[in-house]
Amino acid sequence: MKSQDFVEIAIVAFVAIGAAPFLAAYMARVYSGDKHPLRFLAPVEKFFYRITGIDSGQEMDWKKYALSLLAFSSASIVLLFLILVGQGHLPLDSQKLPGMSWHLALNTAISFVTNTNWQAYSGEASLSYFSQAVGLAVQNFLSAAAGMAVAIAVIRGIAAHKANPEGAAPSLGNFWVDMTRTVLYILLPLSIVIALVLVSQGVVQSLSGYVPSLSLEGKQDLIPLGPAASQVAIKHLGTNGGGFFGPNSAFPLENPTPLSNIVEVIAQILIPFAFPLLFGRMVGKKGQGRVVFAVMLVLLVVLVFSAVASERRWGSMEGKETRFGKSDSALFAVLTTITSCGAVDAMHDSFSPLGGMIPMINIMLGEVIFGGVGSGLYGMLALVLITVFIAGLMVGRSPEYLGKKIEAREIQLAMLAIIAPNFLILAFSAVAVSLPVGLMGLSNRGPHGLSEILYAYASGAGNNGSAFGGLSVNTPFYNLTLGADMLIGRFGVIFPMLGAAGSLAAKKLVAPGAGTFKTDTGTFGVLLLSVVVIVAGLTHFPALTLGPILDHFLMTMGATL
Amino acid sequence: MDVLKKIPKSITFLLGMTILTGVIYPAAVTLAAQLAFPGKANGSLLVVKGEVRGSTLLAQKFESPRFFQARPSASDYAYVGAGASNLGRVSADLAKAVADRRAAWQARFGAAGGSSAASEDMLYASASGLDPDISLEAALAQAGNVAKARGLSPAAEAALVGEIRGEAKRATGLIGPPRVNVVSLNALLETDPAFGGNGNGG
Repeated sequence: MKSQDFVEIAIVAFVAIGAAPFLAAYMARVYSGDKHPLRFLAPVEKFFYRITGIDSGQEMDWKKYALSLLAFSSASIVLLFLILVGQGHLPLDSQKLPGMSWHLALNTAISFVTNTNWQAYSGEASLSYFSQAVGLAVQNFLSAAAGMAVAIAVIRGIAAHKANPEGAAPSLGNFWVDMTRTVLYILLPLSIVIALVLVSQGVVQSLSGYVPSLSLEGKQDLIPLGPAASQVAIKHLGTNGGGFFGPNSAFPLENPTPLSNIVEVIAQILIPFAFPLLFGRMVGKKGQGRVVFAVMLVLLVVLVFSAVASERRWGSMEGKETRFGKSDSALFAVLTTITSCGAVDAMHDSFSPLGGMIPMINIMLGEVIFGGVGSGLYGMLALVLITVFIAGLMVGRSPEYLGKKIEAREIQLAMLAIIAPNFLILAFSAVAVSLPVGLMGLSNRGPHGLSEILYAYASGAGNNGSAFGGLSVNTPFYNLTLGADMLIGRFGVIFPMLGAAGSLAAKKLVAPGAGTFKTDTGTFGVLLLSVVVIVAGLTHFPALTLGPILDHFLMTMGATL
Repeated sequence: MDVLKKIPKSITFLLGMTILTGVIYPAAVTLAAQLAFPGKANGSLLVVKGEVRGSTLLAQKFESPRFFQARPSASDYAYVGAGASNLGRVSADLAKAVADRRAAWQARFGAAGGSSAASEDMLYASASGLDPDISLEAALAQAGNVAKARGLSPAAEAALVGEIRGEAKRATGLIGPPRVNVVSLNALLETDPAFGGNGNGG
């Protein structure tokens, strides 16, 4: 690699790793209600509780917490659906765009509420500024906040060690308070800064209509504008990933320079990098957070260098932008899929087979290598519980984690959280490749076609939202199956993890003994890393063999299909 | 059901948050952006003699030999509904498109004494369909032909090459591959009399 290829990687790593401990410390204060620098916004927080009728002192057990999230997500899907089908009757529709079809609107509403941001439409051709700013951007904030709130609740459950009042189920916090604090003190302030930096690079932020233009050779066209920067900022910061414009971060008005590219990449890993350290702080043992962070970082380094090397060796400039080139495109592809972001600055469908397989693997691993905001951590904690369980089996002792006995109920729930997305990927892909309506949407033949379908359902189940874009997905079949894929992929992980946290919260602490397996050591790190790789590897290797790996050998043989 | 009891609070919370993050936030960012960076917030428009002739960030279709060509576009340079081919590495359709572009490049630039082989960026379509940049190599390879079509003197041609190299250096800075903004470059050709421009922009 040329030294230039390292520059962006080095800047991104330096900023994200450097910021993580500070952000973790700040977030710990925000969630515990301690003093912090943005405490002057507290009157806004109180005012917000007053007008929305929230009792901020109310404590919720895991069931209340989960039901609040469920009610809130249902209301969000309904409101967003209504905005999308009714945008023709709503303001800020300068291009007179009609409402979406019911199945596309349903798919899009589920997509943005589950933090997936899968897009079966092209923003500038299908959505009014109202739909984007008041509909989608709001869910960019709220779905991210929901993921973070759930992670905080799960951590509280694991950390809980106070004796509970007689008969009361242990509290995991207050869903509405966690949501409000996340938006007000973390997501909004950072988004404002990021949005303005993006505008300084050329990302548009305007409420004027599309601009009529005459090309230098005399062709007429309309230049699309819109409130893009404000939405693009939270799109990355909240690991949402839904592009304001169709080509997402490849579109020059959404990501105009190498510097804006760096800002977007850093924004999408900033909070995920802080989460494992925040976990360590909140359980009162920083080493526990550091070992999880280290496992994630080791896997990430391997993946980044594999993807960059694959694209440089076998990739082409098809589906890539000159200002990013192959290396930065590969870096972006990895960082958007280890997190649940799913924004793209190059088209993964046109990557070399192995270069495109790495993003797919990242998603299939469950997006636990840092992962989406919040979701990455609670996903990883499921794997941590499994690792502790396996370690317990190996040494023949009943497993413990942070002083809590891990028993059948927690393991069952953690397994459910791990199996749910993996089952969805394989089952839906099997259905799609067996039906003419599934195969109809393919733009590539042979193994690459299988990759397109596998990637789509992996992306939906993992709430990622990136795509092998050649698959035409705006059909009732894909809109509905992917809608179900996203919903179950989101809540099929959240509910079991909240349940496991509720169960752990109720347990008494046991003092560590001589036989306790330590979970802040390198040994545990290696074991955890193996579990992460083996779980996804065993599940998906057969399908990957028929897709990208076969595709790779066809390419090296010089075959065309 | 418990979940139904929580619906009214969900709705008030959602509406409150919609006002905060869907109205106040974008309005504040728009206001700040329009005050601080009006040109960039409004699309980095290319304005020639008071007329909008595109955006310096969006490629245009350049077919005349008097212009530098932009990178191939799978969506024919449409501003709305732009996109990529999404063809994989072993796609026969992609192989054919690349072979056609290679032949077209050879026919146009092969005889001009310039570099006859097309650089990779000119053979493969971009991700956005509107990539405003071409590689330095692709710009230099086209310079001879453009100079000829515009009837430039050898001195003016040398100035053009100097302009291209300077632009590539400026654009690159510390980060990003060496590249030239083809829209700005062609706009310069049309407006600067030294390069045969009449100031009217075509």
